[in-house]
Amino acid sequence: MRKNNPKSQSTELELDQPNIEDYLPDGHPIHQEPRGKLRLCDLLDISPTLSEAAGAIVDDSFLRCFKSIPSEPWNWNVYLFPLWCFGVVVRYFVLFPARVLLLSFGWMIFLSAFIPVHLLLKRDNNLRKNIEVFFVASWTGVVKYHGPRPSMRPKQVFVANHTSMIDFIVLEQMTAFAVIMQKHPGWVGLLQNTILESVGCIWFNRTEAKDREIVARKLREHVQGADNNPLLIFPEGTCVNNHYSVMFKKGAFELGCTVCPVAIKYNKIFVDAFWNSRKQSFTKHLLQLMTSWAVVCDVWYLEPQNQKPGETSIEFAERVREIISQRAGLKMVPWDGYLKYSRPSPKLKEGKQRDFADLVLRRLEEK
Amino acid sequence: MGTASSMLTQYDIEEVQEHCNNLFSQQEIVSLYQRFCQLDRNAKGFISSDEFLSVPEFAMNPLSQRLLKMVDGINFKDFVAFLSAFSAKATSYHKIELIFKVYDSDRNGKVSFKDILEVLKDLSGPFMSDEQREQVLSQVLKEAGYSKESSLTLDDFIKVLGQSELKMDVEIPVD
Repeated sequence: MRKNNPKSQSTELELDQPNIEDYLPDGHPIHQEPRGKLRLCDLLDISPTLSEAAGAIVDDSFLRCFKSIPSEPWNWNVYLFPLWCFGVVVRYFVLFPARVLLLSFGWMIFLSAFIPVHLLLKRDNNLRKNIEVFFVASWTGVVKYHGPRPSMRPKQVFVANHTSMIDFIVLEQMTAFAVIMQKHPGWVGLLQNTILESVGCIWFNRTEAKDREIVARKLREHVQGADNNPLLIFPEGTCVNNHYSVMFKKGAFELGCTVCPVAIKYNKIFVDAFWNSRKQSFTKHLLQLMTSWAVVCDVWYLEPQNQKPGETSIEFAERVREIISQRAGLKMVPWDGYLKYSRPSPKLKEGKQRDFADLVLRRLEEK
Repeated sequence: MGTASSMLTQYDIEEVQEHCNNLFSQQEIVSLYQRFCQLDRNAKGFISSDEFLSVPEFAMNPLSQRLLKMVDGINFKDFVAFLSAFSAKATSYHKIELIFKVYDSDRNGKVSFKDILEVLKDLSGPFMSDEQREQVLSQVLKEAGYSKESSLTLDDFIKVLGQSELKMDVEIPVD
């Protein structure tokens, strides 16, 4: 039985989540031990609240998740520098054109076969796999898969941490998935509309308030369908820098299915796969990937999890997040990824206000 | 100082250090600059209210709106000067002065009964009624020897708050 009542759709962010105070930096507790009667100095002393505000200005656990952490440059040296220059030449003038050619070739085959195939068959897994191989080869992805390959069963969804758009491609290589993604503008959107639609992908639009209900319904329909590809969901809802994980949205965990966690960890040795959507467009990001030596990553398929009796969807989501974060070496933070795009709900502020009010009123009673 | 370059010269660092009365070390100033650049999205040279509010921990602070009035459009030098009140090396006087400024929103050098009520309202939100707040404040003011009509000056604040140790320090993470 679900604890949360279905609320009317509001435009604010509904942050129904575990107690955020458990995660926040335990600086100065806003309530000190009640020391007898309330005095003027107690009321005027706003230093704990101010300290928390200043602490947040100086460093906060949310923005840390989206910071691109640069790697140390290694080429500032007499003999390393020319070596690096040579590397640049190879990457931009040998590897990059080779990859573009490979990709175009792959696309040509795919497209020439796609249109007739699309008309004849609903989904052609093999064909799609081939295009993905070209995609991954196009930036020389070195992917190491760990763990037993998941068996395809009905009533099963896959969840993974999200770092970049290529997460999906990396996973698709091994198994055919239907993924749920944000609708993008530009050429990516075109891609979404044509090819990805054929594999049963679902779109959502984070800016639309009513979207959540529609998406929840689409998810349920998909999962119930027997021949659909297994659903892959990125419950974080946004790209995170692969050092942290933000809160998982509970949508994937309320479908009454087994959840198979997948952990993805990128090795930044040659290039940082994190797509910082604030800093660069996807095209630029893709170009950066294609002019690097390789994208190296590890993928772990972890043990499928079921909702335990008495566990709420949120608790279930957090438990799975912990499993994935531990495997991929990510630190967990208590923030909703959508805070990247909108403001926190006033409910969070109210928690603090309530604590303050309770403290004052309680101490007022003491004589 | 309000340039868009993300490199601080030694000269810049020293200038900022002087402006904040040496309350931060040079390494801390470099750290603060990195943070400033992270918050100042389009490298304008100042941070807007919106950019401060993009830090959820700050947005959910009950005093965020009051603080925004003080830091909206702030450039780096003033950013450091503002935060210097939270340095462990800052004096009690400096910290109390900042608290006073937060209360004295109209900057007339006096904090009235109404000013304190407004801060209390920010802190307690819908969980205390206006009557309750007035009652509490009148009572503690009377006990401290002030009345509803008296306006508190900075000296009064120092007298009231200077007795106990103010815990108002924030550590600047240095890589």
